Amino acid sequence: MPDVLPVDSVGLVEPNVAHFNQSLLLECGKTLPGYELIYETYGTLNAARNNAILICHALSSDHHAAGYHSATDKKPGWWESCIGPGKPIDTNKFFVVCNNNIGGCKGSTGPTSTNPETNQPYGPDFPIVTVKDWVNTQAKLADQLNIDCWQAVIGGSLGGMQAMQWSIDHPERLKHCFIIAAAPHLSAQNIAFNEVARRAIITDPDFHHGHYYKHNTEPSRGLMLARMLGHITYLSDDAMLAKFGRELKESHYKFSYDAEFEVESYLRYQGEKFVGQFDANTYLLMTRALDYFDPAQHYNNDLSSALSMTKAHFHIISFTSDWRFAPARSREITKALLDNNRDVSYAEITANQGHDAFLMDIPHYMDVFHANMRQLTLANKANVTT
Amino acid sequence: MLRPDLEIISDWINANSRVLDLGCGDGTLLAHLIEHRHVSGYGLEIQDDNITKCLDKGLNVLQINLDEGLADFNNNAFDYVVMTQTLQAVSYPDKLLEEMLRVGREVIVTFPNFGHWRSRMNIALQGRMPLSDSLPHAWYNTPNIRLCTLHDFEALCAEKSILITERTVVNHAHRTTIGMRWLPNFFGEIALYRLRGAAVT
Repeated sequence: MPDVLPVDSVGLVEPNVAHFNQSLLLECGKTLPGYELIYETYGTLNAARNNAILICHALSSDHHAAGYHSATDKKPGWWESCIGPGKPIDTNKFFVVCNNNIGGCKGSTGPTSTNPETNQPYGPDFPIVTVKDWVNTQAKLADQLNIDCWQAVIGGSLGGMQAMQWSIDHPERLKHCFIIAAAPHLSAQNIAFNEVARRAIITDPDFHHGHYYKHNTEPSRGLMLARMLGHITYLSDDAMLAKFGRELKESHYKFSYDAEFEVESYLRYQGEKFVGQFDANTYLLMTRALDYFDPAQHYNNDLSSALSMTKAHFHIISFTSDWRFAPARSREITKALLDNNRDVSYAEITANQGHDAFLMDIPHYMDVFHANMRQLTLANKANVTT
Repeated sequence: MLRPDLEIISDWINANSRVLDLGCGDGTLLAHLIEHRHVSGYGLEIQDDNITKCLDKGLNVLQINLDEGLADFNNNAFDYVVMTQTLQAVSYPDKLLEEMLRVGREVIVTFPNFGHWRSRMNIALQGRMPLSDSLPHAWYNTPNIRLCTLHDFEALCAEKSILITERTVVNHAHRTTIGMRWLPNFFGEIALYRLRGAAVT
């Protein structure tokens, strides 16, 4: 944490845990006997309880979206660029909620949690969860917080998919839906990357069919490879060129297989950092949830039909250099909403940072995000007068 | 105070209709139509700063390049497809016109008339590409890559069997003078057209 806290940071925050004793039927047909959701909140819920915003996290992020847990934290929450006083998601105006999803490894019930039937960690026995399951649990969290209707549900990447699922499953419970750097479903190429990541983990000799906790080990090489691969897909060719080029760590080739290029060193560092911070079974679950997401599947593969019952005002944002979820994928969502005459805006941000751009402080992105968020208050004013 | 050419367009649009505004700029026309004509619809715009201006007006704005066509929109999805002062800046005006007529029951289009006497004088007497209030850019940096005269435009409409149901010309102050009625392709600075597809008469 910086010595002087920036005025636009939510500052020190503490997570809360919500307990759910009722069993949860999952889309896969299995049941969780009960579960916990860890979540953080920023800002203040107003008396009318109508200024709440739900933030949905992406593949490897969690409930810690903004601020710092302690003065010694080096980095703030994952969406510090967008959440805080005066930021697009303005905590002076809104009560912001972000939870870690089930199947996660940061405090919500997941593979590392104890299975009450065995008193051992669930490990690979934790059922495969879907975006729909996550939305279901987020709705139960909203019930517990006495929030009938979110002013907005906002997410990027896999988080955007949750926002979209919210608009389909609970049309009455959100006013605005922000789908940022997302897609209506994964392409074959997207699934292919996930499959390579999963094979890296599963074929690691330390994986032990997912029961690596028992062996006091973890598939660190596999998880590291999965993360390295992921990182390549989050960046664009241009971003990598700008950041690393062909820079060498030393002035000459060593004729070895060491990390001689800066880009190799960076990827290894990112991979190693990830191991120890993230659970391999969770990584498998999260990538599978991505693969399975396809709301049109239940509507003859017609996305327009899938979105026909939605009521939210949609805000779609994509980034030009994002090749993981390219602008064309966001356009598919936009088109399906246009088919249904929904209120929708679409912004295509010129940015060379690739998929990761949605986390970054990019001027036009921030302008568009601010302007989109101002529409929430415009709508509020209209609601007051009617 | 609305630009007079936009005022003319506003008068052409029925209340409670559905409008698509191509190259909607800062959203002035669409916001006016929503407020005064109670229309619903979308604006398409390419420039970043205009996107935020439209959002601030509460508009449904989509950052889409018109050169990609209108594939995101279904046939007859709109009562009106409007395009003001943008036809001359797109790569394929002929194809876009066809797309507009596919998506809308009626098309309203405005463009600067290259046949205006001042443009003709620039070329005839000075031998230079025209510079004017409607066409302020130099030849090498102009976004206006498909300039045409009223006659050129009407010839294209005839070729495509596009029905012109109304035509108005105005000067840069957006007024119509007697000269413009007499010789529109000579005195008109800005042309406004209402169009329909051949099948709809």
